[in-house]
Amino acid sequence: MAVGKVTFTKAERDKLAQVLWLLNWISVVTGVILFSLGLFLKVEIQKRREVMSDQDILYVPHMLITTGLVACCINFLGGKICYDSVDTTKFLRWKLVILPYIVCTFFFTFCVLVGALTCYSIRNQLEESLFLGLRNAMRYYKDTDMAGRCFLKRSMDLLQIQFQCCGNGGYRDWFHIQWISNRYLDMTSSTVVDRLRSNVKGKYLMDGVPFSCCSTFSPRPCIQLQVTNNSAHFNYNHQTEQLNLWRRGCHQALLDHYTGIMQSIGLIVLVIWLFELLVLTGVRYLQTAMENVLLLGDPDSESDGWILENSLAETARSNFNIIKNLGKCYQVDDDPNINIPTATEREVPSRQVQIPVAS
Amino acid sequence: MVVMKMKFPFEKRVKLAQGLWLLSWVATMAGAVTFTLGCVLKTELRRRAEVMDNTEIHVVPNTLMIVGVASLGINYFAGRICQDALDAGRFPRWKNFLKPYFAVSCFFTVLMLLSVIMSYAMKGNLESSLKIGLKNGIRFYKDTDTPGRCFQKQTMDRLQMQFQCCGNTDYTDWFEVQWISNRYLDFSCKDVKDRIKSNVDGRYLVDGVPFSCCNPSSPRPCIQYQLTNNSAHYNYEHQTEELNIFVVGCREALVSYYMGLMNTIGVGVLSVFLIQASVLVSLRYLQTAMEAVAGQENTEIETEGYLLEKGVKETIMEYLDPVFKFLMLNKVEEGEATDS
Repeated sequence: MAVGKVTFTKAERDKLAQVLWLLNWISVVTGVILFSLGLFLKVEIQKRREVMSDQDILYVPHMLITTGLVACCINFLGGKICYDSVDTTKFLRWKLVILPYIVCTFFFTFCVLVGALTCYSIRNQLEESLFLGLRNAMRYYKDTDMAGRCFLKRSMDLLQIQFQCCGNGGYRDWFHIQWISNRYLDMTSSTVVDRLRSNVKGKYLMDGVPFSCCSTFSPRPCIQLQVTNNSAHFNYNHQTEQLNLWRRGCHQALLDHYTGIMQSIGLIVLVIWLFELLVLTGVRYLQTAMENVLLLGDPDSESDGWILENSLAETARSNFNIIKNLGKCYQVDDDPNINIPTATEREVPSRQVQIPVAS
Repeated sequence: MVVMKMKFPFEKRVKLAQGLWLLSWVATMAGAVTFTLGCVLKTELRRRAEVMDNTEIHVVPNTLMIVGVASLGINYFAGRICQDALDAGRFPRWKNFLKPYFAVSCFFTVLMLLSVIMSYAMKGNLESSLKIGLKNGIRFYKDTDTPGRCFQKQTMDRLQMQFQCCGNTDYTDWFEVQWISNRYLDFSCKDVKDRIKSNVDGRYLVDGVPFSCCNPSSPRPCIQYQLTNNSAHYNYEHQTEELNIFVVGCREALVSYYMGLMNTIGVGVLSVFLIQASVLVSLRYLQTAMEAVAGQENTEIETEGYLLEKGVKETIMEYLDPVFKFLMLNKVEEGEATDS
């Protein structure tokens, strides 16, 4: 009993072939879209690579890029096949190729689905990577004279300005690290020496933040030093003051930014996956209909198209047997149940055939 | 005396009509591009409207948009005319339309060229508008509690951070203005009172700049207060310090940004102008060549095409006569002649 059997007249087959040709070309365009989405994501991740501790999440855009390129090729080939399917003689060219093509495309659509699902599942890895990356960026903020770390200050400042955030979890993270380099500290001053001595590790810690944490929405000039000292500034209460510095942590800001991008990309890829599945179903119907027409012999007759010739269970069983037999070719047989003819066995007498001799 | 005569055998006429039809479609798209460029420029100018004193510079994008829309119409008709040109039966109905059509088309094509020239000529206008706008922005920076001015602080801060500039001409403009509001000054403090007393107008002036002037590329944490006092900061010399705050003035930064934008747009518009001019010249040749064919039995003879029937001066007078008549200048002269 065939799965999803539909009868096609000649006119319906031709229309199906034409529609599929158009859909395959649209799929080429969606393949290009997939490629450009992957490229866009890669550029976005590379832009902020300095605040990410590992670049492993680059496998997501790389997968999207390869999937996009493969989709273009597959659908281009599919378009050619559908174009030739209108004419039964031209279809013969593709007869041997089309079934492997459909199987390959079926497995390829799995890749597209996996690509879409990874976009949603990447959040945990990203969270960890951003946390470590931002912690390191803040730690090396002051090291503008060390090779390899000299641009971290600029990157951190521009990040905090652009994403309107401060610190890792909040602005207080800056209180726990020394972000002013010793090169700019007057070691002869008593206040500096006292502060250094009062810290266990000899670090110059203060309740101040860099200028890039200043909020543009504040009605008063920015207070960035002695942030928790209410008496140091006129008419200032740091518990109620909300607009002075950016309240959000850069970890949250970047996570939201990337999650938003990936969710949109994931949604588009899911839609593309559904479209590919639709095109694949159409091509399968076209293939079975064309093959049945060839079996019937009359190119203008009606023919049946289906998704699977037998039911799902039978198809799975027959495919499994094929795979088992493939494996058997290379196996040494010790199975006693199999009848292997040996020299000691009684030979089966051959049937005597009387050939009338013409006299 | 005919201007720029050319001979047109039949095949050349056919080729001219076909080429012109294709060229008119290219010119239509170019007209759409001109309109888009005008919209882009207008949007960019409107984004920074708060630091501009007047909107006189908007005449450049407005002209580009008008010219873009007009060229869509001009090229549509050019395409229709050249489609009918080779058919001797259908061409005569365009006869009366062509003279005003060419006058209007030439006007808009020249206007396109004028808009490019204007974009360079109005640089001084833009600069003076920005000078006044930025001066007000700096003056009202502290008035975040006054309606109508409460967004000046945010505008100035964002502008300085985005264009990497500080102040009007340079950062010293902030030293001449009180940019810290009295609401945040402790009048019981001695320092504050001394500083206000030492100023003639009673303003609290500091040699400091807002945080938005800080340069992220600086290797050291930003120094924004006591900028001219070398001893207030360790290992600091304000004369040699280049990277601490932005040294470019916002007026210069904005003018160079807009001039760069207008240069790019100007190059595009000039190429559109060349395409449009070639459409009009080809159409004129086609028209004059086909007019010579009209009334002939054999439509495949060789004819002559030209740009202007008479000389340049006579043609201009021919077009301006109806305009003068409309303005009744001739009537006044007649009246004077009868009096004397």
